[in-house]
Amino acid sequence: MAKKMHDTPNLDELEKGPWPSFVTGLKRLAKDNDMMVDLMGQLETSYKTKKGYWKGGTVGVVGYGGGVIPRFTELKDEHEQPLFPAAAAFHTLRIMPPPGMHYDTKTLRQFCDIWQKYGSGLIAFHGQSGDIMFQGVSTENVQPCFDEMNEMGFDLGGAGPALRTSMSCVGAARCEQSCYDEARAMRTVINAFLDEMHRPALPYKVKFKFSGCPNDCTNAVQRADIAVIGTWRDNMQTDDALAKRWFAKHGMNELVNDVVSRCPTKAITLKKTSEVSKGAKISSVAIDDTQSLEISNGDCVRCMHCVNVMTGALAPGNDKGVTILVGGKRTLKIGDLMGTVVIPFMKLESDEDFDALVEFGQNHIDFFAENALEHERSGEMIERIGLVNYLEGVGLEIEPSMIVHPRTNPYVRMDGWDEEVEKWNERQASKTA
Amino acid sequence: MAEMRQPIESGVPDHEPFLHPAFKKNYGQWKYHDRPRVGVLHHVAKSGDEVWTVRCGTSRQMDHYTVRTLCDVADKFCGGFLRFTSRSNVEFTVTDQSQVDPLIAELTKHGFPVGGTGPSVTMISHTQGWLHCDIPGTDASGVVKSLMDELYEEFTHEEMPNRVKLTTSCCEINCGGQGDIAIIVQHTKPPKINHELVANACERPTVVARCPVAAIRPALVNGKPSLEVDEKKCICCGACFPPCPPMQINDPEHSKIAIWVGGKHSNARIRPQFHKLVAAGLPNNAPRWPEVGAVVKKILSVYKEDARSWERLSDWVERIGWPQFFEKTGLPFTKYLIDDWRGSRSSLNASTHIRF
Repeated sequence: MAKKMHDTPNLDELEKGPWPSFVTGLKRLAKDNDMMVDLMGQLETSYKTKKGYWKGGTVGVVGYGGGVIPRFTELKDEHEQPLFPAAAAFHTLRIMPPPGMHYDTKTLRQFCDIWQKYGSGLIAFHGQSGDIMFQGVSTENVQPCFDEMNEMGFDLGGAGPALRTSMSCVGAARCEQSCYDEARAMRTVINAFLDEMHRPALPYKVKFKFSGCPNDCTNAVQRADIAVIGTWRDNMQTDDALAKRWFAKHGMNELVNDVVSRCPTKAITLKKTSEVSKGAKISSVAIDDTQSLEISNGDCVRCMHCVNVMTGALAPGNDKGVTILVGGKRTLKIGDLMGTVVIPFMKLESDEDFDALVEFGQNHIDFFAENALEHERSGEMIERIGLVNYLEGVGLEIEPSMIVHPRTNPYVRMDGWDEEVEKWNERQASKTA
Repeated sequence: MAEMRQPIESGVPDHEPFLHPAFKKNYGQWKYHDRPRVGVLHHVAKSGDEVWTVRCGTSRQMDHYTVRTLCDVADKFCGGFLRFTSRSNVEFTVTDQSQVDPLIAELTKHGFPVGGTGPSVTMISHTQGWLHCDIPGTDASGVVKSLMDELYEEFTHEEMPNRVKLTTSCCEINCGGQGDIAIIVQHTKPPKINHELVANACERPTVVARCPVAAIRPALVNGKPSLEVDEKKCICCGACFPPCPPMQINDPEHSKIAIWVGGKHSNARIRPQFHKLVAAGLPNNAPRWPEVGAVVKKILSVYKEDARSWERLSDWVERIGWPQFFEKTGLPFTKYLIDDWRGSRSSLNASTHIRF
């Protein structure tokens, strides 16, 4: 039997309405958990005063420098005693889930048992970085709780100026648009740099995210320092039977308005099947007995729109791989930054391909550790030093697909022009050789 | 004293033991998918195997009893497997179509809304707020609960022009992320400094360096080392607050809520977009934030009415233009919406392309 509940008129309001209520969950836990009784007392206070009352601190597990988010209450009486003592320490354990956030119920129930024993019983699936967040544990219970989860085969995630927990989409497990093995890529890369995660020593955080196609379901381009996004470089695959079925159901208006005219590069044309062009970069799909869609794959930017609308009828090509963009992040300090292309295409199939991805990750982390200022993200560093310096630093060659358009100002010293032309010509020659 | 246990540095666990058998068998070999009804995805593999996945919403912050209930459902219908989406929805997969309706009935019985697929408003990606964050201007779970109550019908129906992704964030760091509509705290007054505490709590050069507009400088206040803020320069971003809690930026009255629209991360059609600021000054009105809900619903209702099929909010605005966006939504266009941060001139109209 837990201590008496505090009055929570504000939180009670959040039990009304049809969406599942976290407050109802908190109350369920508070029935036999003093920590949750007092957590609700503190949260209700925040609702009244509109202020937060947690401060950080230093709490961890043996052997690691991060992964626990310490929280101590700031709500104290005149004798410096906490107003809600049972929740005076309310730390979070960040635990890394399997890629794609797949679970079996045995594992989830085991987590529940451990968390019921040591913690508040409150779990967030998942945090914005991708961790399972076990929210609410006392300082003394952090270590035994982690030990039991660690024995299950789970490990702490990242926090602070370190490599952070990663995310991958559902991907190859259940999506026809997957262009590489996202789960393997995520495990291979993150597990190669666990020292950077568990012993924070970087200038600031580094995040990798893995999306299987340009729909980018993990939001890699805007929030990952290194976004690994699936794509393909040969012609789109097509399936006449599925295209005909789609057309029979949706008709000409939708084909024209929702597919052909929504192509951002006008790479799709509607033609009589007998008049479809021939060419290495042309693919086509019949929508009925007389008409076809013709796709100029050389103009296609792999945006995914038509593939999303006509799933299976149009599909990513066979020569799949990834595009890597670097430097995405949100606001602080210099404003929002999208990731930008630094590797237009790389294969990700053989062991050597995965080694090459890890090697790029290592080069990036090394360069970042060496060159970023304190509290500076990768994107801010590149903004400060320029893309070309970054590319030279990590050993990547320039490509025109890294830019939207060339420079529009003359403010650059260019007396090395002839040498650069020479380098470009040599690279082009070696590609065709 | 017992020997201290060293961690097993196992990292990201192998996903394979956690995959539904149909996922394991057809890994990387899927052919196409469709949506037989809202909340249900039907995937067909090249092998001919078919799976039906039922998606339901959750409160994200869940008590272990709720997690156990989800496990009961997965045990009963899905051989003990389930997965979460990045927006805290849960997906239950069955290989027998006849199990779809009973599964939906079971989830509904336990109060889990089924939906969030295709052109619906899916669950809001959000943050920690007053529940657990050390710097929050507002709550997260409560704002989300209030909004999802209002948008419940839009989660359980696919009636939007395209998918709608919402986010909320309790400070301008914007951990909730980019969204078609993003709800983010916007402070409107410079920090109030507790000069008694600065010397002990803050590494002053670090705090000075964090300021994006160089408005903070070291100062001696009442004989103690502290910091001062040039309030004419200060943009009230709150960047100084995390490294120095005595720089109190959160204010019950002056920490307001702003609404941003048109963010998307997908490359489909136009390139990925950042969301844009369209409304601000909304009160931090716990426990239900009705003023925020009203603006979000207004924008959504106009988008629903006016956008064409497959237009995300950003595609829609791209077609109709910002003047019509403000006209149709009735939102006031103020001088604060014209960007003056670095690179801002690229957001100005350098053409005579104007819709009249």
